[in-house]
Amino acid sequence: MDAGRRKALKTGGGVTLATLLAAAGWLEPGSAHAQAGGWNKAAFDAKTLDEAVKAMGGGAATPSNAITFVSTPDIAENGAVVPIGVLSSIPNTRSIAILIEKNPSLLAASFDIPPGTEAVVSTRVKMGQSSMVYALVNADGKVHVASKEVKVTLGGCGG
Amino acid sequence: MADPMKIRATLVGDSTEVRVLMSHEMETGQRKDAAGKTVPAWFIQSVTATHNGKTVLSAQWGPAVAKNPFLSFKFKGGAKGDKVQITWTDNRGEKRTDEATIG
Repeated sequence: MDAGRRKALKTGGGVTLATLLAAAGWLEPGSAHAQAGGWNKAAFDAKTLDEAVKAMGGGAATPSNAITFVSTPDIAENGAVVPIGVLSSIPNTRSIAILIEKNPSLLAASFDIPPGTEAVVSTRVKMGQSSMVYALVNADGKVHVASKEVKVTLGGCGG
Repeated sequence: MADPMKIRATLVGDSTEVRVLMSHEMETGQRKDAAGKTVPAWFIQSVTATHNGKTVLSAQWGPAVAKNPFLSFKFKGGAKGDKVQITWTDNRGEKRTDEATIG
């Protein structure tokens, strides 16, 4: 897994992608996320990219056009309430996670989708500032990712 | 004690659309009060939705989910009159369960 991460870091060539690849790790079956159905503290605690990389282990995410953001604004006036919806058209989607790059903790929410439930979830999140929003989808043990930039006029963290 | 959730479950074609509005502060642990003390984090950590005893969605949330969280999802197999139950647990161990009838 360690070697995989290094490779990912190399090919990623940037911090952003490296984080994504690392973040993808927790979505894999058998990772900390799947253990005991508990709350994955390490993943949610990650405050910096480096921490996130450590906490989530390695993995490989492939960009996908089959993931779309629904009812997600390009510009959010109020960062305290930003609607984010994720729709995955990938068959056998098992989980969907929402990550916000510039928040104090990257991971905002993750959803487990049992069979019979459609791979579409929407919720509202807080965003400290304009940032890329990532949707990670785990389907058949493979991790897919899509991103969208959301501009925030008024931040929703701190204050 | 937390206020009840507002849950709406509607049958659209063969899938049930569930929309939930929860009442929770969702304190991030980043804010400071007037005296400069950090307000401790207080947020919903996990949410589970069941239909006829079968889990149709489970979620893990961090403090980045907005205050008074909104959640919507769709599942197949629901029928009119069935009950959908939603439970959340926050980081203080508080729980709340509410249910709604599919209409």
